[in-house]
Amino acid sequence: MSTTTTAMLSPGSPKAARPRNRALTRFRRHRLAVFGFSAIIVLVLATIVGPWFIPFDQLHIDLRYRFAPPPAGGHLFGTDQLGRDLLVRLLMAGRISLTIGFAAMLVSTAIGVLVGVTAGYYGKAIGIVLMRFVDAVLCFPSIFLLLVLAAFVHPNVLTLTLIIAATSWMEVARVVESQIRTLRERDFTKAAEMLGASGRYVMFNELLRNAVGPIIVAATLTVARAILMEAYVSFLGYGIQAPTASWENMLNNAQQYLGSAPWLAIFPGLMITLAVTSFNFVGDGLRDALDARFDLA
Amino acid sequence: MMAPAELPAPIPAPDPADGLSARRQDPVLEVANLAVTFATDNGVVRAVQDVSFALSPGETLALVGESGSGKSVTGLAIMRLTPPAPKVQLGGSIFLRANGAARDLASLDPQTMRMVRGNEISMIFQEPMTSLNPVHRIGDQIAEAVMFHRRVNRRVALARAEELLDRVGISEARHRLSSYPHHLSGGMRQRVMIAIALACDPRVLIADEPTTALDVTVQAQILALLKELQAATGMAILFITHNLGVVAEIADQVMVMYAGRIVEQGGVVPVMKHPLMPYTQGLLRSVPRMDLVGPGAAPLEAIPGSVPDPLNPPPGCAFEPRCVHAEPGTCNIAVPPLEEAGGRHVVRCSRWRALRGRED
Amino acid sequence: MANFLISRLVQSLILFVLVSMIGFAVLHLAPGGPLSRFALVPGLSQADIARIGHEMGLDRPLPVQYWEWLSRLLVGDWGQSFRDSQPVLAVIGSRLPATLELMIAAILIAIVTGIAIGIMGAVRRYSIFDMLATVGAMIALSIPTFWFGLVTIYIFAVKLQWLPAGNRATIGGSGALLDYLHHLIAPALVLALVEVAVWSRYMRSSMLDVINQDYIRTARAKGLPERTVLLRHAFRNALLPMITLAGLELPNLLGGALVAETVFTWPGMGRLFLDSLGYRDYPVVMGILMFSAMLVLLGNLLADLLCAVADPRIRLT
Repeated sequence: MSTTTTAMLSPGSPKAARPRNRALTRFRRHRLAVFGFSAIIVLVLATIVGPWFIPFDQLHIDLRYRFAPPPAGGHLFGTDQLGRDLLVRLLMAGRISLTIGFAAMLVSTAIGVLVGVTAGYYGKAIGIVLMRFVDAVLCFPSIFLLLVLAAFVHPNVLTLTLIIAATSWMEVARVVESQIRTLRERDFTKAAEMLGASGRYVMFNELLRNAVGPIIVAATLTVARAILMEAYVSFLGYGIQAPTASWENMLNNAQQYLGSAPWLAIFPGLMITLAVTSFNFVGDGLRDALDARFDLA
Repeated sequence: MMAPAELPAPIPAPDPADGLSARRQDPVLEVANLAVTFATDNGVVRAVQDVSFALSPGETLALVGESGSGKSVTGLAIMRLTPPAPKVQLGGSIFLRANGAARDLASLDPQTMRMVRGNEISMIFQEPMTSLNPVHRIGDQIAEAVMFHRRVNRRVALARAEELLDRVGISEARHRLSSYPHHLSGGMRQRVMIAIALACDPRVLIADEPTTALDVTVQAQILALLKELQAATGMAILFITHNLGVVAEIADQVMVMYAGRIVEQGGVVPVMKHPLMPYTQGLLRSVPRMDLVGPGAAPLEAIPGSVPDPLNPPPGCAFEPRCVHAEPGTCNIAVPPLEEAGGRHVVRCSRWRALRGRED
Repeated sequence: MANFLISRLVQSLILFVLVSMIGFAVLHLAPGGPLSRFALVPGLSQADIARIGHEMGLDRPLPVQYWEWLSRLLVGDWGQSFRDSQPVLAVIGSRLPATLELMIAAILIAIVTGIAIGIMGAVRRYSIFDMLATVGAMIALSIPTFWFGLVTIYIFAVKLQWLPAGNRATIGGSGALLDYLHHLIAPALVLALVEVAVWSRYMRSSMLDVINQDYIRTARAKGLPERTVLLRHAFRNALLPMITLAGLELPNLLGGALVAETVFTWPGMGRLFLDSLGYRDYPVVMGILMFSAMLVLLGNLLADLLCAVADPRIRLT
């Protein structure tokens, strides 16, 4: 059968989609990614400039308004046990959490690319050993490793970033290594080598340029994962410590007031979910967009 | 079971000089004005239009065409294996005469059609390497069809499977029942596919390029097997192919398709010896022939150009842009109708009479 | 199959060696290392601590220490808990069943639900159900498990009072099976949330891959009812990659179990890990770390074995 007939006849399920639904889905998926992207922009802007617009300072303790449910007393999201405005604290905490997320992504992507490129290009013994090493690290549940490492150091933004990066680079390394391994087999790498290009030139220019797509997808998803990991570590008490607020240790503090002031727990969690979901949507959308290049028909 | 339906008027009796032997029984498969239309994201594609033919028991009709001509879609449409509406619209009628009843397959509901499919009419496909389920045994895959249509138990079905494996030329049939597909070569897998198709004694077998993916020697074996089975069971075969050599070897009738329409049809001898449509002529000229080899022999001719875009067909004859005999004002105005050229030979060309004397 | 098994076994051994090296490295990263607890004991001078270190063999070259540590590990001597001097393995063993129960319950829920959703999504591709399922799965993957747990507790334990807020059994209760299940539901569901999302997405994509294969067309050409085609032909093939997935998800399940145990005060290995970490009881912490990694290794090996059994292409080559 020609490619046109094959394309028209698949998916083979008799309940194949109507043409309108297919286009609708593509648009909707696209919309999800757009939504995610806008949400991220909004979040970043809100955390950076938001606190200036709110009349309350995050450290302003007002015991008259303890445990005020939203939106009492002009506090849009309510107040906590010391009368501090929740919204302001959420935004300030957002700075910390988002910074850690981005920074961890940068570091882990750098490590992952380095390891992946080395393993993929040199192949043979080095490649196998490196990739087995990656597999071995993946045998440990990330949270366990994170907690142990966090217990060893004094937790601040920098150390947390490094620790989270130390447990997140494996996925990027795998993606990069497999991309490079396939690309290496393909003809144009051999052609470039035949033309006399030096090894390193070939490696970084040609291969990396083609592997950039999946790396970006993996990096985006790493941000999501990093924010989530910071959430877990801080919730369990080994992350950012008071009085600095991050979304996660706000949740930790809120646990004891769950019955009386549930909004103290609900809002930070919502923020985390929103941020992580947005990055996941964007990452998924990017992955689809990149795959679409290779779609036939 | 549906009551016998009204059939369209029978096709004129065959002319003995046609090359067709006198099989004057009622046709077992009668297709009239078959049309298959796809609704795609980019527009409407008329993959098959106005296809009509009649197939008698024991007869082989070869359906010839390039990729994209609609030949595979025709086969799938007859089996009702195309996606359902509204993605795919089916038009026309497909009358199958079996077990004393004639039914229009085009109008059957899916449930009834399932009882017919694999039972009274079967299909084999092009890629034997991927057409068998890798996790089921060969014997079970054949027996499955038998158990479903004949309602027998597994033991009986497996016995029948063994018999079929033997019939299609697989040695050590009993041992093979418990083999898995990956143990078998391409040719053997295609034999298994034939066994599955023959499991319930179909009256019609649709073969969609069954030998294209096989080695030449295996091709010959499979073709011989099909002819032998046909002689033994009297089933009719609709053989879809793009290989004219195969057509010459096994077909009684031939039907040439281009851009979804039949452009020439008739007994295999008249059509291949005296093709009337320029496309058919071009096809025949592009087949390498041993007797035309050597110094002074004319070079192989290819048909220039390519198949029309299914979303944007030409206003007149679909072949006109590539036809060396095309005449503006005649050929690019309207789609020519099918005209009789004597006996069962029909052709769709505005200038066939004018061109008839010239080619020979 | 023999070749396949042997190669997998060799790979697992290599991984085990690498895992042990990583574990050893982590152990020695602890500030003060294995001697850290002695730093807290009053009355011990630096010289005393140094002498203890020498007796423990800590001034010998690292590879030698590694080898000794590994040999002790292999015979079951995992050290003793700082807190109560119990053998580490025994301590872990006492808390392991609770975690396993939680994990198994969650896996069962996740597999059944995830597979069902995945199949439906694949068969009714692009339908409302499918789109909701996809978006829902992505959101579920993004929710912090503990937050979900807290919200669940708030709704079901505090407001509706349908489920208990934690623990494995009602204190002072009869210890009956029903009571136990009552306590198991919430943490198991919370743990299962992420897994359902993962399983449904993978199952959907696996089904979609399979449905477009030629042998499905052959099955339809036999005239079989669609349900048979989907279940006996498509599903059976789509299930194969899921076995590998189960193995790969093990570390995530273990990590999730830790969080669920914390939120619901479920007395399992995860809780023990956190408590011990708080007390700087490193033998137990390291023990659980190594134990989890080995559990993952074993799980993956088992998954590969199952693959070989289920897929005749591997089994019979």
